Amino acid sequence: MGEAPNTERDAQNADARQRWRLALPAVTIIMVFSILPLIVVVLYSVLTPGDYGNVRWVFSTEGWFSVLFERDIFDDTLSLSDAHLTILARSVGLSLLTTALTLIFGVPTAWFIATRPPAARAFWLFLVTIPFWTNLLVRTIAVQEMIRSEGVFNRLFLWLGLIDQPIQMMFTNFAVLLGMAYVFLPLMVLPVFAAVEKFDFRLAEAGYDLYASRLFCLRKVILPLVRPGIIAGSILVFVPSLGAYVTPRIMGGGKSMMLGNLIEMQFGQGRNWPLGAALSITLTLLVLIALIYYTRLTSGRQGRSHG
Amino acid sequence: MAERAFNIRRLPGVATLAIGCFVILYIPMVILVGNSFNAGKVIGHWEGVSLHWYVAALHNEAFLAAAQTSLLLATLAALIATITATMAALATTRAADFRGQGAIHLIVNQPLMVPEIVLAIALLIILAQVKQATGYTGLGYLIAAHTTFCIPFAYMPIRARLEGMDLSLETAAADLYASRFYTFRRVTLPLLAPGILAGFMLAFVVSLDDVVMSDFLKSPGQETLPTYLMGELRRNLTSEIYAISSLLLLISVLIVAGSWAATRKKA
Repeated sequence: MGEAPNTERDAQNADARQRWRLALPAVTIIMVFSILPLIVVVLYSVLTPGDYGNVRWVFSTEGWFSVLFERDIFDDTLSLSDAHLTILARSVGLSLLTTALTLIFGVPTAWFIATRPPAARAFWLFLVTIPFWTNLLVRTIAVQEMIRSEGVFNRLFLWLGLIDQPIQMMFTNFAVLLGMAYVFLPLMVLPVFAAVEKFDFRLAEAGYDLYASRLFCLRKVILPLVRPGIIAGSILVFVPSLGAYVTPRIMGGGKSMMLGNLIEMQFGQGRNWPLGAALSITLTLLVLIALIYYTRLTSGRQGRSHG
Repeated sequence: MAERAFNIRRLPGVATLAIGCFVILYIPMVILVGNSFNAGKVIGHWEGVSLHWYVAALHNEAFLAAAQTSLLLATLAALIATITATMAALATTRAADFRGQGAIHLIVNQPLMVPEIVLAIALLIILAQVKQATGYTGLGYLIAAHTTFCIPFAYMPIRARLEGMDLSLETAAADLYASRFYTFRRVTLPLLAPGILAGFMLAFVVSLDDVVMSDFLKSPGQETLPTYLMGELRRNLTSEIYAISSLLLLISVLIVAGSWAATRKKA
């Protein structure tokens, strides 16, 4: 063979090596402080719990069993763990409801902002970005103030004479849902806005000119073009909801725990590190399933529009 | 005909829902700030307007120490994350596909794909042992953890900027016999600067916002602003919490307004 292909390949290899060197610091940091620790979590999930937290280096599948089952102390029979199943179902259910709630409020809001004249659009967008950049804990405290026993709603209802004594709204599923929908709402508005802004309204007008009904136009012209934004917004809300820790902790307390809080308990008072590790992997897998579903939805769509 | 006057941009009910959405977003925050001016100690019992709790917060040693830790931590983590993310973005853009390109991209984004609580637990397992073995209880653990989850946030805008950049200016510089380093410093870097700035700010805010990582990995006595606030929330609900929250809110408003002004000037 001639020399030319070789030198070209050498140059390519040299370029690739140089690029790897450039990326090395970032890659090393993430390998050491994220990927390696996650591998340790996988390992810990198949060990035996130690007496005071930590683990003993004895192989055991008990941690994984305990994710869904509990063993009777007396006769060793297995039964489904109601407590864990409730928390698992609550995590998925509340995350889906949070996504639905942010869709109901977020999509019209994004539509509204995108259809303003440019100057007004910048103003409304600014109003969405402020809560987006505000500390999540601060925003959770703000919602808490609304529904506390002595909070805004209860005092308002008492003053109006609608109720005789405060309604207990905190530490319920409702409180967690309200808190999560409030803190994650901007995550829905921004991607949907980006999609609607790109929408060419002449397409919808063309639909009208051809006597399409409003609903038909919405369904057949607008929705397909805005769909990527809606899907992106849904995943941006669903994924952090599923792994939420701070908001359910403040709004739900010990009564309405989510998966994140259950995991934390295993490394605190509960002290069952292998179970905590197995739960962590379960949560991560749920998130990965959602992400894979998301990529398949979006890449499938692109395939169709090109075809 | 009524149907002809109908404007597609104004779907029925949209404006109502949107305005409702803004009201819902802002009422809790307005009430929070309002409560911070309450003269009384017990929240919810209005005793007149006063700056008392802001003064109290600014004289509170624990709060000031936490603020200092938070700013130092966010600055260092964002700085390291931005530098390494810029290098990684330069490595993964503007080239023919090379072996491992996808792998680098995936690794750099990996912290985004795992829930924060899981990452915090994973790091706790390892770093607790390092802490025990070395006896070091400084800020290093938090800097490492924050840098890790800040890298993908810094990487996103920098990479986006690089992908949108015109290669011809750099080619022109090279044609004029500029060295690779000179070209990078005088052509690439200035063009990339807005992306780097956006990446730094995003990383800075994400670090400042973090509760979970810091709460799990901090050494005894160490507090960041959010963990201090979380602790106060657990211990005693006084109006000072609202003053501190309002100060944090003010920081976000300043950052958003600042970046808004910066991008507007350029446009």
